[in-house]
Amino acid sequence: MYFAAEVLASSSTLKQKWEDEVRKSVAKVADQKPEHLWSTVSDLKIKRLYGPDDIKDMDFEQDISYPGQFPYLRGNQATGYRGKYWTFRMFSGMGDAKTTNERWHMLLKEGQTGLSTAFDFPTLMGYDTDSPKARGECGKCGVAIDTLEDFMQLVEGIPMDKVTTSMTINPPATALWAMYCAAAEIRGIPLTKIGGTIQNDMLKEFIAQKTLMCPPDPSVKLISDTVEFGTKFVPRWNTISISGYHIREAGATAVQELAFTLRDGMEYVEDVIRRKGLDVDEFAPRLSFFFNSHIDFFEEIAKLRAARRIWATAMRDRYQAKDQRSWWMRFHTQTAGCSLTAQQPYNNVVRTATEALAAVLGGTQSLHTNSLDEVLCLPSDHAVQIALRTQQIIAEETGAANTIDPLAGSYFVEALTNEMEEKAWEYIHKIDEMGGMVAAIEKGFPQLEISDAAYLYQRQVDANEKIMIGVNKYVTAEATPIPLIEIDDAVETAQVARLQAVKRKRDGKAVKKALDDIKSACKKGENVMPYCIEAVKSLASVQEICDVYREVYGEYRDPGLY
Amino acid sequence: MSDKKIRVMVAKPGLDGHDRGARVLARCFRDAGFEVIYTGCHQTPEQIASAAIQEDVDVVGLSCLSGAHRYLFPAVAKLLKEQGADDITVVGGGIIPEQDFQLLYDAGLKAIFVPGATLASIVDWFNTNVQPRA
Repeated sequence: MYFAAEVLASSSTLKQKWEDEVRKSVAKVADQKPEHLWSTVSDLKIKRLYGPDDIKDMDFEQDISYPGQFPYLRGNQATGYRGKYWTFRMFSGMGDAKTTNERWHMLLKEGQTGLSTAFDFPTLMGYDTDSPKARGECGKCGVAIDTLEDFMQLVEGIPMDKVTTSMTINPPATALWAMYCAAAEIRGIPLTKIGGTIQNDMLKEFIAQKTLMCPPDPSVKLISDTVEFGTKFVPRWNTISISGYHIREAGATAVQELAFTLRDGMEYVEDVIRRKGLDVDEFAPRLSFFFNSHIDFFEEIAKLRAARRIWATAMRDRYQAKDQRSWWMRFHTQTAGCSLTAQQPYNNVVRTATEALAAVLGGTQSLHTNSLDEVLCLPSDHAVQIALRTQQIIAEETGAANTIDPLAGSYFVEALTNEMEEKAWEYIHKIDEMGGMVAAIEKGFPQLEISDAAYLYQRQVDANEKIMIGVNKYVTAEATPIPLIEIDDAVETAQVARLQAVKRKRDGKAVKKALDDIKSACKKGENVMPYCIEAVKSLASVQEICDVYREVYGEYRDPGLY
Repeated sequence: MSDKKIRVMVAKPGLDGHDRGARVLARCFRDAGFEVIYTGCHQTPEQIASAAIQEDVDVVGLSCLSGAHRYLFPAVAKLLKEQGADDITVVGGGIIPEQDFQLLYDAGLKAIFVPGATLASIVDWFNTNVQPRA
């Protein structure tokens, strides 16, 4: 028990007195809004006050403990942010490889400490820029990469053995990771020296982000290939970034984000053990996570704290992991794009700062802060700089990094953390009963739960029950002009020409052999990674590799659930 | 007013997977009493135009957040026109900068809805501007 009996007894008397006082006051002057509207952005009801009785059943050693100790509620590292701040990692990519490389160098010069790659839609979906399906998309939402030549330009001058690079890439993750490995080898950097992350989380694609290629089972097989390859040859690489970010952006509540993401993680753990026969402690320490930090300050802090405790418990008890590094939930956080508004865009700086502070108080290890203009277009240099400075101000001015997990022991934060954990486990058990996440996805379960939440939220905004400043309150008539970045349609023409030049000069026979080798590995169930590295070195394109997967495994189409 | 319901196709052209707006609108149109067809993500303009004709819809609502609307929206409108289906109203929404509105209107789109538009305002626009065809 968390409190001595005398404390709870005296608290109970004082609480009664307080409740009487509240009743009297409310009878005179009613609250500003009815009881049910005092809730989180996810519609979790919040009480007027929390006290000792809200956390009376907690056990200090089992439920809270110390940083670096089970259940890691208070963080994985004993030293907190004193040894090292979170990694300042701004997601960026635009136009062609050269333009993105320039942005990367600018960010590193401004004090960014890790890189994060945004690819354009054709690359994300495994199509080359010259595909009819890619028309109009080149370079618009990220950088266009077709072959290793583009990739070499992307990492030009980047110290690959020192800076870690994250790549948001999913169905074609094997191809793009192979390019990173090949680029390192060409530069003479051994695979054991490179570090970074590939997102490589297909389950959340089926659930939310919809970057789709092959059906769920072979998609998970390709992911297990990367986990196995990383475990054996690229030990500093995080081969999956199990992501709640996109689940949340698609409209999920904080609890749904937490539950679906962690259940996805469990699905990958089970698949690697079953399909690859690896021991859980061989690969689990390299699993990483990626969460959203939305606008509801305490809900986000509670979610991140709960995530660490759920994962540690699941890894220790459900999968019998022995190595404490397997129990650690290591995660990146990004502030919520969907919380930003096109109206009065400068207000977005305030939203992002609040969300970033929540991520830090929740103990994130890596952070992307959105730029004020991201709701309208790719971020401009100036907007990115403000976003990066936001992190630096939080780290070095606010004092938020002075002490570890400063909100621990707060009646409210601990109670909310417990509540989110409980509700997440309910979802996790429900998905277990359905036969796991792949089965749940096939039933449309997480997709429709998210649709319900998204639709409810939109109706609440329309009814002014949830407030978005500038959208449904304090609306101003005139628009605030801000400079917008536009990717010229000429980028597409130039990229197509570059791809065609590569195709003309490469050794066609070598490409064909390399692609045939991937196909045969797919058919035999072998690990595709070594063959992908050979293929990209022969200048096979992203689409050529993905076409092999589509041919062998079949294509998956969005069922269009709503 | 006839009792005939508005038949709407909510469509996601291109490679963009940001479907929150499209899914929320599909539900909203259903609740407003429209007949709704939702294509799911990753449709080519050709697929959308031919499905709209086959399904005999009154209106196609295109959603795109990737920046490719400048190519994709006009492509759908053009294909419908070429196939003699220019009586199908085409509207669009998503992350559409204001400077692109005219290009889309010139291509035949009748309305553009951007973040901040309420569900009710969109339904009202449909009720006022789209006639269920006989």
